[in-house]
Amino acid sequence: MNLTLVFLVLTNLLLLASGRLSTCIRIVAAQGVALGLLALSTGRPGLSIGAIALSLVSILLKGIVFPTLLSRAIREAQVRREARPFVGYTASVTLGVVLLLGAFGLDSRLALPRSDYPPLSVPAAFFTILVGLFLIVSRKQALSQVLGYLVMENGIFAFGLIHAREEGFLVGLGILLDVFVAVFVMGIAIFHINREFDHIDTERLSALKDWER
Amino acid sequence: MIAPPETMAAALVLVPAVAGAAAFVIRRHSARRGLLIAGALVHALLTADVCLRGGDPGSSGWLVLDATARLFLGITSALFLTAAVYALGYLRREPPDERHDFQEDVLFSNAPEAVLTGCLLLFLATMSLVVLSRNLGLLWVAIEATTLVSAPMIYFHRHHRSLEATWKYLLICSVGIAVALLGNFCLAVAAAKAGQGSSSLGLDPLVRNASHLNVPWLKAAFIFLLVGYGTKMGLAPLHTWLPDAHSEAPSVVSALLSGALLNCAFVGILRAQQVLAAAGEAAFGQGLLLILGLLSIGLAGVFILGQTDFKRTLAYSSVEHIGILALGVGLGGAGAFGSMLHAVNHSLAKGMLFLLAGNILAEYRTKSTAHVRGVPGALPVTGVLWGAGFLAICGLPPFGLFTSELTILKAALDQGRTGVAVAYLALLALVFVGLTTTFLGMLQGRTTTPGAGRSRRESVLEFAPPMALGALVLAMGVYVPPALSATLHEVARTLGGF
Repeated sequence: MNLTLVFLVLTNLLLLASGRLSTCIRIVAAQGVALGLLALSTGRPGLSIGAIALSLVSILLKGIVFPTLLSRAIREAQVRREARPFVGYTASVTLGVVLLLGAFGLDSRLALPRSDYPPLSVPAAFFTILVGLFLIVSRKQALSQVLGYLVMENGIFAFGLIHAREEGFLVGLGILLDVFVAVFVMGIAIFHINREFDHIDTERLSALKDWER
Repeated sequence: MIAPPETMAAALVLVPAVAGAAAFVIRRHSARRGLLIAGALVHALLTADVCLRGGDPGSSGWLVLDATARLFLGITSALFLTAAVYALGYLRREPPDERHDFQEDVLFSNAPEAVLTGCLLLFLATMSLVVLSRNLGLLWVAIEATTLVSAPMIYFHRHHRSLEATWKYLLICSVGIAVALLGNFCLAVAAAKAGQGSSSLGLDPLVRNASHLNVPWLKAAFIFLLVGYGTKMGLAPLHTWLPDAHSEAPSVVSALLSGALLNCAFVGILRAQQVLAAAGEAAFGQGLLLILGLLSIGLAGVFILGQTDFKRTLAYSSVEHIGILALGVGLGGAGAFGSMLHAVNHSLAKGMLFLLAGNILAEYRTKSTAHVRGVPGALPVTGVLWGAGFLAICGLPPFGLFTSELTILKAALDQGRTGVAVAYLALLALVFVGLTTTFLGMLQGRTTTPGAGRSRRESVLEFAPPMALGALVLAMGVYVPPALSATLHEVARTLGGF
């Protein structure tokens, strides 16, 4: 379990440093598979059918379906790289380290009511959420923002798998279904944006505002 | 009809869901439109049955029919029925082929009508699921689902502005709602020690064992839930998607977004506050809601003042009223009662105004406030209703919003919070000034339609739905039925402060 969490932290740093969209998609997919395995290891002793099913569904969606959908989107839109992000890659990684420290700081503030959780779980999950949020605000391509959303959701999912494991199979499945439809609808939106504007650069989506300048 | 509450609740979700799925595959326009009306009507009848019978919230399962659920179900269903009738006329008016955009020189066409009809019905199903959820995890799933089924409706007119609005709506709301998911999990951590059975996010066990919840994690959970659902609800400063989506969506969709969807997100916050109140920490949530509420009213006021687009003005007015709702719950006690009453009134009034805005937009072919003059000259009924809607939305007597805004003001004064009361009044005055400029300008002056200022006979489908909503707001100002009042009290009691 700790191994998965360390893997999560390292892949986050890699994401911050990487500008090639196809690499980013693969990294996020790897995170998804790791989370699927995490779902197996967090249940009570002995594997329940619910845990196995949840694990299989999340590996299938996050490891196979999402990367396929997103790879198709970048082929359609013919973007390979994140063009000129708002924050450069070196700065991103530096900020990532700061975020990691912040996540550990937050962990020391919030005492867990039960002590049988892996000590890394809270900081690793919060770090992943923060990285996801950072990717959404600092990258311009619509596709990077979807990736950021997925990373953030991975972090929340990891937190939930470890700390809300009584939540059960149905809610977990509902969450996955929602995320799947979200990625699907966002994918369609990206397709339309690309057709309408010939780019998927969200910085240039700026027609709607309150006052004419 | 005597069916157990669980069956009724399930039917309320399943009927529109099945009808919505069917609407995607039906090819004939008339059959599909008939299905929309039928779905809305059946849902309204079921809702009326549930609300009139009251009482039994149902004891088990995933769905609940308590006072909160009944109140917001009633609002949603009534508004949806009128919107569905209006949509009938709207869909007939909409040309099926490509046409010129009136704001810019581009061609655009509509999304297939089946998408709009199907999504409308699915939207009703998901909103019903939100208000009926007994489990906070299920509630989350349902709220995210409302975002996803409403996004295609915002992109009904396929041009780049609506696409931009759709993208912002999807991304901002999805990220916001993801934060709420984190809040749910924090709540599960807070409940972990309380040691319950299978699901730790069930509303009943959470409320029952609230005194055993871990307080720091509970507070963290509330903050995340407030930020998450607050984004969807349009609380400032998290409201940024709202004006864009409301102004670019077809007016009938804007009416539902503003009158029904924002309330659904509010239910998410109310459920969180309910748990907080049961744990004896009501004051924590109330403080936060009070601040965000006042901020929303003020910010909306500033943006209404400089607004040049009348649909955006209405959208910002929604931010204002959402702020009033939050403020009322923040005050607690009688304020929470006023807030619930205000939720009913605001939904009716705003639904009416957005439908009327649709009529004006269709006639004048512009959203610019400055270019719309003399509405009563071009559209006699719409013009009169637009004026009445203006009085209603500003909270002037004899309309319902006057009563509810006054109740909230009185609650603030009774609690000795003069500062809050003064700020509330001052900010309302600011909004009033802004709205007056917009509405009076549109009502007065020589008629400036492209059709050379002649008045046109409006069809019943255009003016009857907003007129019905307007009549209800007026009735609410004169007389609140005791049964409704009892329900409002019951909801307010769960939120603390009594």
